[in-house]
Amino acid sequence: MDAPGFAWPAGGNTRVPYRVYTDAENHELEKARIFAGPSWGFLCAATEIPEAGDYKTTFLGEVPVVVVRRRDGGINALVNRCSHRGSLVALKNQGNTGSSLTCVYHSWAFDLDGNLQGVPFRRGIEGKGGMPESFDLKQHGLKRLRVAETCGLVFGTLSAEAPSLEEHIGELIGGRMQRVLGNRKLKVLGTTSQVLHNNWKLYVENTKDTYHASLLHSFFSTFKILRLTATGGIHVSEGGGNHASHSRNKQDTDGGEYVGLRSAIDGFGLQDASIFGARDEFGDGITVQILSVFPNFILQQVHNSIALRQVLPKGVDETELLWTFLGFEDDDEEMQRMRLKQANLVGPAGYISMEDGCVGGWVQRAIQGSEADDSVVEMGGAGHASSDSRVSEASVRGFWNQYRGLMGFAP
Amino acid sequence: MIVDVGTRLAIEDLFARYAHTIDDDRLEEWPALFTEDCLYQVISAENWALKRPIGLIHCDNRAMLQDRVTSLREANIYEAQSYRHMLSATLVTHFHREEARVVSNYQVTRIMQDGSTLLFSCGRYLDRIRFTKAGPLFAERVVVYDNRRVDTLLAIPL
Repeated sequence: MDAPGFAWPAGGNTRVPYRVYTDAENHELEKARIFAGPSWGFLCAATEIPEAGDYKTTFLGEVPVVVVRRRDGGINALVNRCSHRGSLVALKNQGNTGSSLTCVYHSWAFDLDGNLQGVPFRRGIEGKGGMPESFDLKQHGLKRLRVAETCGLVFGTLSAEAPSLEEHIGELIGGRMQRVLGNRKLKVLGTTSQVLHNNWKLYVENTKDTYHASLLHSFFSTFKILRLTATGGIHVSEGGGNHASHSRNKQDTDGGEYVGLRSAIDGFGLQDASIFGARDEFGDGITVQILSVFPNFILQQVHNSIALRQVLPKGVDETELLWTFLGFEDDDEEMQRMRLKQANLVGPAGYISMEDGCVGGWVQRAIQGSEADDSVVEMGGAGHASSDSRVSEASVRGFWNQYRGLMGFAP
Repeated sequence: MIVDVGTRLAIEDLFARYAHTIDDDRLEEWPALFTEDCLYQVISAENWALKRPIGLIHCDNRAMLQDRVTSLREANIYEAQSYRHMLSATLVTHFHREEARVVSNYQVTRIMQDGSTLLFSCGRYLDRIRFTKAGPLFAERVVVYDNRRVDTLLAIPL
């Protein structure tokens, strides 16, 4: 593997060179070594394409992908690029394509496994024109991804070397994913999309950074919701790339987790506290769990708001963040109301997430011209082990550990 | 449907006051344009068409609107910005005693502190307007935005 175009600074995972967010060549290398490398990318929830022929278009990194339900109930993921002249094949966000995918440019048709079925005028007209005899349909199918499913979520990879999805996620983080999604039937309650003016990694780091939560997002502290008694911790996978952080509010002596909300003496009170009428859905008192799977997938549980976030690079300095809000088919009415109400906390307009939409852009703007400098990631030491403290940047260092290994930055 | 001129003017006046209240950064006055039991929702046209309930904002009473304003003023951090609303094509679809249902179009331009100006959002307002003793108020304002993608974040209400 050739070394990237610049060296990693001394200090290991405690220093991150700003060039990694701005360098166009490095961005190209990421396409091959991260997004087409031995990792898995989230594609869609299986429930979004229930019937044979149902498809959804998405991206693996910047590569357009169409995910489609086969007749036998399985799911295929194909690169959404015609093998002829390279046009997009599926054009809509979602739909039903019947039993074949046909490119509109020259009507080349593919079955749902991506096999090229037919080429119009293959034999020409009246013996003139057409494809040469040697043209082999079998060599010109749509490129197919490896696909695997866990907890109702569909992942794909372009890498033959990638370990199984199960191994990629690992037992530790897989268990935390199971905790939220279990084997229940998912229901999509809504999607939103947000354009971030920063490199994709700045957003991924932000989701792993437990240090910023109570400092940048002051909604909880302003309304006296985040208690100093809150406990929690961080789980980090062995390679560092996956993490799950959680926090849990201890019961107050008066019994109610949020009692006192309306009567905060030295601060502001919420006029309507129904947004925090949350149910302890998983029976463990954990109020917030943020989980990531390398490179760009996030699963969030904020009280009863459950959402998936897909972090999609759009060039080196822009990112699209796709949110998919989830509930379960067996949610009762009260739970449906709660998920609807608590969605106000998160998303592009969320009380505790809107800051994450702009802070990456502030970094991206501030580092222009400072490409030789490094950011400091030293909270909680130099390692990326799991810990009981959230005053730590361990999972951010974990990300860089996995990233550097895949990119070929010398340790 | 055609309503009498007075009713029509009252509706248009409410819309104009709504726009100026937000554009002039008088957000504290914004909840008073709604009834106490109001619904204020911001949702993409895509979710609306698919009957998916979750969008950007969902407030099912006026106290929640007040909380959003308090949060924007006291808690949330975002770059200084302002909006300019353009309103048009007001269509009264139902009118019965104290209530009217109205559809109208909007465009919201967002102006950042450095002057960068963006067509931030466009779409429809689906309103249920209640004529109270104090004048017309929004019993429901559902903002259905066409632009699918939100640039950076949405802080100020649309």
